[in-house]
Amino acid sequence: MRVSFIVNGAEQTVDEVWEGESLLYVLRERMGLPGSKNACEQGECGSCTVYLDGTPVCACLVAAGQADGREVRTVEGLADGDRLDPIQEAFVEAGAVQCGFCTPGLLVQAHDLIERRPEPSDAEIREALAGNLCRCTGYEKILEAVRLAAARRAAAP
Amino acid sequence: MDFLRPTTWDEALAAMAEHPDAVPIQGGTDVMVELNFDMRRPAVLLDLGRITELTGSETADGRLRIGAGVSYTRVIEDLGDRLPGLAQAARTVGSPQIRNRGSVGGNLGAASPAGDSHPPLLAGDAVIEVESVRGIRMIPATDFYVGVKRNRLEPGELIRAFWMAPATGPQYFSKIGTRNAMVIAVCSFAVALHPEERRVGTGIGSAAPTPRRASAAEEFLRRELDWDGPLDEAVAREFGELVRKAAAPIDDVRGTAGYRRHALAVMARRTLAWAWNDYRAGKPGRGVA
Repeated sequence: MRVSFIVNGAEQTVDEVWEGESLLYVLRERMGLPGSKNACEQGECGSCTVYLDGTPVCACLVAAGQADGREVRTVEGLADGDRLDPIQEAFVEAGAVQCGFCTPGLLVQAHDLIERRPEPSDAEIREALAGNLCRCTGYEKILEAVRLAAARRAAAP
Repeated sequence: MDFLRPTTWDEALAAMAEHPDAVPIQGGTDVMVELNFDMRRPAVLLDLGRITELTGSETADGRLRIGAGVSYTRVIEDLGDRLPGLAQAARTVGSPQIRNRGSVGGNLGAASPAGDSHPPLLAGDAVIEVESVRGIRMIPATDFYVGVKRNRLEPGELIRAFWMAPATGPQYFSKIGTRNAMVIAVCSFAVALHPEERRVGTGIGSAAPTPRRASAAEEFLRRELDWDGPLDEAVAREFGELVRKAAAPIDDVRGTAGYRRHALAVMARRTLAWAWNDYRAGKPGRGVA
């Protein structure tokens, strides 16, 4: 089956996609975009979070054919060339990255939170990130990073 | 495997008529897990994600008709004022990513006894609209569930929508789990006050082969509730006991049958008290009669 869609702003066509395959598999194995991580394959861990038509979803739970004609933005599409997105900068500065496996999903999910709620409360941050597991248990630093990115955005002219 | 992508409801019904064994997929939060883990290899996948009719809601004859594909996120944000019990249950589903994709229609299709939307659908007298090329059937939620992960759908039928009246009284949903997110219910309970009928609706989740009402508990309240006074503690306790007796839970990895029965009695008593307090206080936005 052929799947044509927009990935990180560019039109892409992928052939010979198996009908039961996930969007995550297409991104990682057929398109060379390994940023979205493959862990639980059942929506439990959030490490494959991507934007689908502007909404964060678990790419492992989207059938490849469901993405046809739609727009996908992965963690690779957050930075503007060499310039990191503010949420990525905040993760670096706050030390919110340990092994790094959960980071791509957290970045996309946190990016969406700050877009929707520029000044999130701690409760809102926790709720927004509730579906992203970090098994290094580095949650405090992750919360700090989201607070930092939100504060910088609020302070920006 | 075939992957069918109908763009209209009529096309979807025609596809189901041609391939009665097709597996419909909407948000994918159940179906994709089965595919990823090799638990299912359907000959045909039928993507309902392009059918705009399924993601809309409307009001007809004073009732809400909500498309089967409306996501939990939309239920919370767009319908929370009119269907507070269902919105509370929707907030407990998975994570934000799951709520962005999962839908009440998917919950009904999967018909897991642990599905979070079932108890408020039962307590709120929801009716499920299903359709095939043969026609439309309206099935009350009370009759919709027939066994573990089995519902009343016949070959070729798809779930089009569910119908519910906007709340006329307070509604509450309560769920037991190990944390606040990503939890499959150990057990759950929904209560809905229908003051204009002096009646209370109930729904039990994850404590029987199917979601079910606590009919004897509802009947008890119909006889014993004094709608003009405070909630009698003895009445609330007996209500909890009758809800406990309505359950038929099993021991499994998430909890024991005994724990589920106990938790249901507590949740029933508490949710009734919360709803009653709101009713007595005439809380705005809950449409208290």
